[in-house]
Amino acid sequence: MSDTTAPPLLELRGVNKSFGPVHVLRDVDFTVRAGEVTALVGDNGAGKSTLVKCISGIYTSDSGEVLVAGERVHIHGPRDAAHHGIEIVYQDLALCDNLDIVQNMFLGRERLSGIILDEPSMEELAQKTLAGLSVRTVKSVRQLVSSLSGGQRQTVAIAKAVLWNSRLVILDEPTAALGVAQTAQVLELVRRLADNGLAVVLISHNMNDVFAVSDRIAALYLGRMAAQVKTTDVTHAQVVELITAGRSGSLGLQPEEAL
Amino acid sequence: MSTATTTTTVAPSDGGADSPLFAYAKNYGRKLRGGEMGALPAVAGLIVLCAVFTLANPNFLTPSNMANLFTQGGPITVIAMGLVFVLLLGEIDLSAGFTSGVCAAVLAILLTNEGWPWYAAVGVSIATGVAIGFLLGFLVAKVGIPSFVVTLAAFLAFQGVVLKLLKEGTNISIRDNQTVIIALENEFLSPLLGWVFAAVAVAALAVVQIVIKIKRMGRGLNSDPWEIIAVRIGGLAVLLGVAVAVLNQERSRNPLIFGSLKGMPIIVPIIAVLLILWTVVLRRTRFGRHVYAVGGNVEAARRAGISVDRIRISAFVICSGMAAIGGIIAASQARSVDPNTGGSNVLLYAVGAAVVGGTSLFGGRGRVLDAVLGGAVVAVINNGMGLMGYSSWVKYVVTGSVLLLAAGVDALSRRRSAVS
Repeated sequence: MSDTTAPPLLELRGVNKSFGPVHVLRDVDFTVRAGEVTALVGDNGAGKSTLVKCISGIYTSDSGEVLVAGERVHIHGPRDAAHHGIEIVYQDLALCDNLDIVQNMFLGRERLSGIILDEPSMEELAQKTLAGLSVRTVKSVRQLVSSLSGGQRQTVAIAKAVLWNSRLVILDEPTAALGVAQTAQVLELVRRLADNGLAVVLISHNMNDVFAVSDRIAALYLGRMAAQVKTTDVTHAQVVELITAGRSGSLGLQPEEAL
Repeated sequence: MSTATTTTTVAPSDGGADSPLFAYAKNYGRKLRGGEMGALPAVAGLIVLCAVFTLANPNFLTPSNMANLFTQGGPITVIAMGLVFVLLLGEIDLSAGFTSGVCAAVLAILLTNEGWPWYAAVGVSIATGVAIGFLLGFLVAKVGIPSFVVTLAAFLAFQGVVLKLLKEGTNISIRDNQTVIIALENEFLSPLLGWVFAAVAVAALAVVQIVIKIKRMGRGLNSDPWEIIAVRIGGLAVLLGVAVAVLNQERSRNPLIFGSLKGMPIIVPIIAVLLILWTVVLRRTRFGRHVYAVGGNVEAARRAGISVDRIRISAFVICSGMAAIGGIIAASQARSVDPNTGGSNVLLYAVGAAVVGGTSLFGGRGRVLDAVLGGAVVAVINNGMGLMGYSSWVKYVVTGSVLLLAAGVDALSRRRSAVS
């Protein structure tokens, strides 16, 4: 568990976002700590994707504050997010099938010596990063991504996010398309990221995954943060209630505010 | 090796139990099965075609016909090299043929009608190509018109521009005193220079391969075994050695009367330089890497911060610029420019060359070398069938079939790599 006295790595306070008349995020508070996996759950349309896009700077929030390691920041695009150490692994992975693992991991941030690509140094760092994550599933870092399985691709996408001294990695449904064994491998990797000291946000619909790896659960309900709780303090059923009804007993939004 | 300890912990590679040579072979086999066939189909096709034509007509494998092959394939190969960039993005340039025609016309007018020096005329001709490429790329990338439509329109329009430039179809000849331009397709390296060229090429390959190997070993990375490097260098040495030896033979029927005719056509080192230049750009620079990325997955490229529009425009600029060079070479070959320069089947042969060589029409896969190998296949078919006395309709049908076959191989290998 992480040091609770230090400021959280990412803190959102009162974030609002509307698209025309549709109020997608309402006064959302969200806290992510280093060394922890925070699961972000919610039904379809609850605002998970919008929240992530506000964090990554693809959308600008209408109001509210974003603090990274206790400092107020303004994130205006993916590059700003990367600058603050925030990396996002999207559901569709954004890998180029026709490039190999090293080429994908360094895409857009290639290392050069002169004007020529510095392949040896990139390959070395890619191998180190994969080894640091104890990845044993890929045979060669010079394999084309098209030859990889779904789980291996997910691994590469995560390794790509970790490569850049990132402090916060946001994973959008990393296990959605995977089989049982591969899901286990990826979840193990997610856990290892947090154990290595990174802050991890895991977006998932799968309660088994959430309970398997997360330290905290944040449940969104119709654009509001219903509750942010420790995983050990709640049951499976309570989380499902938070997702579907916004409250569960004394937890979550109270009736008058839930409406 | 001081890095041995890190190697064992770091490299998530093949166990290490295999010998490097065996591992290399296994890796290559895996690539083949995965649908990455590289140069294999084109090289195999080339060997089969050459064998068939040699059996059918002994004149095929004579030194003079070999020299002809290179000069005949020159313009198409150069245009195909530029097309590789556009094809890598999954786009097409149907106007490359007539772009070369326009640029050749510009060259001829400046040289013959205006009396400009050759370097100025060549410069303006290539600049015309670059400007055309910028316009095409702008329309595709910024305006968002599909490249098929943009370049089909340009294909029609440039046909008209060539007619206008050549005053409704007159033929402008390149005079014999334009020695530099004429030399491109009609002169030969002296036998000694041919050997020097071959030696420099082999030495350059050896240095590059060995330096890369040593650098990678220094970092404890997997590298190609020495045996493979030796085979590569030796292979190139043998190939170039045979080529130079054949081309250095006397080809003139009677050297005393018609003058001596021997040596490597000048177009060969020109194509070699262009091949190396664009291969380095494509495989070893950030720009080239981004071309592959845009061709492989536009969305991934965009998220990685790559300016997709800039890459698209650059590819069209390179394609049209190379088409201009192809046009200059065609002008040299014909010693004149007429409304048909770059017309008829030039474009289709060039696209065919790139695809036959192994460049995918779906984008993301291809090399500049493909254009050269495919250009050789197209030139061999044309030349060989001409020697066998087939009429042109057979040539068209056979070339079309080869193109279809290559595109079929491309589509199948693509499906294969998608499945695995």
